[in-house]
Amino acid sequence: MKPLLDVDSLAVTLPGPTGPLPILHDVSFSVGEGELVGIAGESGCGKSLTAQTLLGLLPAGAKVTGSARFDGTELLGLDARRWQKVRGAGIAMVFQDPTAALHPMLTVGRQLTEHMRVHLGMDRRAADRRAVELLDQVRIPDPERAVRAYPHQFSGGMRQRAAIAIALAARPRLLIADEPTTALDVTVQAGILALLDRLRAETGLAVAFITHDLGVLSALTTRGYVFYAGRVVETGPTGALLTAPRHPYTAALLGARPHGTQAVGTLRPIPGGPPAPGQAPPGCPFQPRCGYAEPSCGTAPPPLSSAGPDRSVACVVRPHLEVAA
Amino acid sequence: MNEPIGSGSLLEISDVEVEYKARGRGPVRAVAGVSLEVAPGQIVGLVGESGCGKSSLARVAVGLAAPSAGTIRFAGQPVTPLRWRRRPGPEVGLQMVFQNPYASLNPRRTIGAQLLDGVPDTVTGAARRGRVLDLLDRVGMPAEAAQRYPHQFSGGQRQRLAIARALAPEPRMIIADEPVTALDASSQAQVVNLLVGLVRDLDMGMLFISHDLSLVHEIADVTAVMYLGRIVETAPTRQLWSTPRHPYSQALIDAVPQISAHPQLPRTLAGEVPDPAHAPAGCRFRPRCPHAFGPCGEQPPTLDLGGRSAACWLNDPTVAPAAVPAA
Repeated sequence: MKPLLDVDSLAVTLPGPTGPLPILHDVSFSVGEGELVGIAGESGCGKSLTAQTLLGLLPAGAKVTGSARFDGTELLGLDARRWQKVRGAGIAMVFQDPTAALHPMLTVGRQLTEHMRVHLGMDRRAADRRAVELLDQVRIPDPERAVRAYPHQFSGGMRQRAAIAIALAARPRLLIADEPTTALDVTVQAGILALLDRLRAETGLAVAFITHDLGVLSALTTRGYVFYAGRVVETGPTGALLTAPRHPYTAALLGARPHGTQAVGTLRPIPGGPPAPGQAPPGCPFQPRCGYAEPSCGTAPPPLSSAGPDRSVACVVRPHLEVAA
Repeated sequence: MNEPIGSGSLLEISDVEVEYKARGRGPVRAVAGVSLEVAPGQIVGLVGESGCGKSSLARVAVGLAAPSAGTIRFAGQPVTPLRWRRRPGPEVGLQMVFQNPYASLNPRRTIGAQLLDGVPDTVTGAARRGRVLDLLDRVGMPAEAAQRYPHQFSGGQRQRLAIARALAPEPRMIIADEPVTALDASSQAQVVNLLVGLVRDLDMGMLFISHDLSLVHEIADVTAVMYLGRIVETAPTRQLWSTPRHPYSQALIDAVPQISAHPQLPRTLAGEVPDPAHAPAGCRFRPRCPHAFGPCGEQPPTLDLGGRSAACWLNDPTVAPAAVPAA
């Protein structure tokens, strides 16, 4: 079966003050129909830029190579009119900050029906009816009243659920969610995760969930990709990826996270910081921070290669140590 | 430096209330009677959802605003609200670290100049400059940082510099309001380890406020759970996690997503946090509580449960049904 979204060897270069800055290098990933896929990494690793590429929202002057096929159609190089068709009805997006994503001076109902009228050609009455249904679907209390409300009248969690309802308005097949729960309380986050899982089960919605929280990645997604400095460094079924990481960076991210089960004071920070775009070392980008680095790591970035069933890892040292041990 | 400390605690918050008045709306009681103590060398974690009054409590505790009722004592002396005046001598020992290091450092002055502001007047001459370098060293920053401006640092580095500024006047107590929320996972760990190290090395007290329960679990000796202006449970951190005695604490713990080979979605809590201007009568958690029963129409007292306390009728054997839920 062909995946719904198939990204192959995607590379993006942005114009910088002193010349072109390579941001994404050779990124490949896929999302199947009705699949929940996670993308994890620290800020600046290229997660959000990947999302922008898939929605045709890159800034002027960006250079893109590789391929991104959505439902068989090549996205890269589409003209503005055909992008318009993909956005909303094909691929929709939810952002981290719902306050910035919602128009403060339009009612929530108006923001919901706009998409339906443009993409689905619905008349006003049918769109109004569906707006109420959508708000009900994302569990906003009293949806008949809520369609007439303005975003500031909602709490943070309700705003993000409204933003999800708006993203779903034109019946997209793929939802890209970029850190949608990072600014929310755990209780509200739990509700959003349950909502996405329910939409997947009920409507076959595929979700690419971008997050830096590995707990969220584990709870929600079935397959995950770990990004570092614009590359995919490890991928696999989420359960295996996070309980038996092969890449030193995945392992280090897990170590830096509160465990919730261990003795007090066990956070292990990763030394240093990720490289700025264009300043990655010649070899493996993680090498300067890596506890397993060997001289050979400094020559060329290691390719992503197979490491067991459905798993790949871009490291030449650690996976072999594990096997030997 | 050696004032007598009443009852061994450094910071004593007693029955504090904070009320805001807004036009066209009744008074909003953001903090509705909170008592909390922090001892030297102790980290007290304060957790709760946004809007529960954590930050209002922090501002009052550090003297940035006046409580509408109740008292705050630092090292036995009452903390007085600051307004536009210099912090009086003894209270300089009470310092705060804010959430946003982009806003808490002055963008137009060098780091060195800002740190010098905080160095006590008793340190004079060349020693002042030496003190600045000590502070930078303590937070793991190079001496050159003194000549630079805040925009030349990353978020995690800035937060470490903000901590250095808070440490400059040699505080005995730090109130940290969501100090790592704006940071990435790896810089979060660096800043948290730094704060914990400082408390242990310098025998300071710390009130660590966060909505991230797993982080508080990792570092706090005692955890207090706040809901809609009240503390519903206080307990040694590990006990709180292993056997929560308030259904809200249980709900918060259940909502934290866990990593496992056989993942499952975190459990959800029904409903929304009510508007504090229209707080429910009786137990404020009642409308969302899966265990609500008859007595919950009345505000539950905070019951002493031996080294810990909780405000839930389920812990009162005289009214609770036989089935004990939480735990």
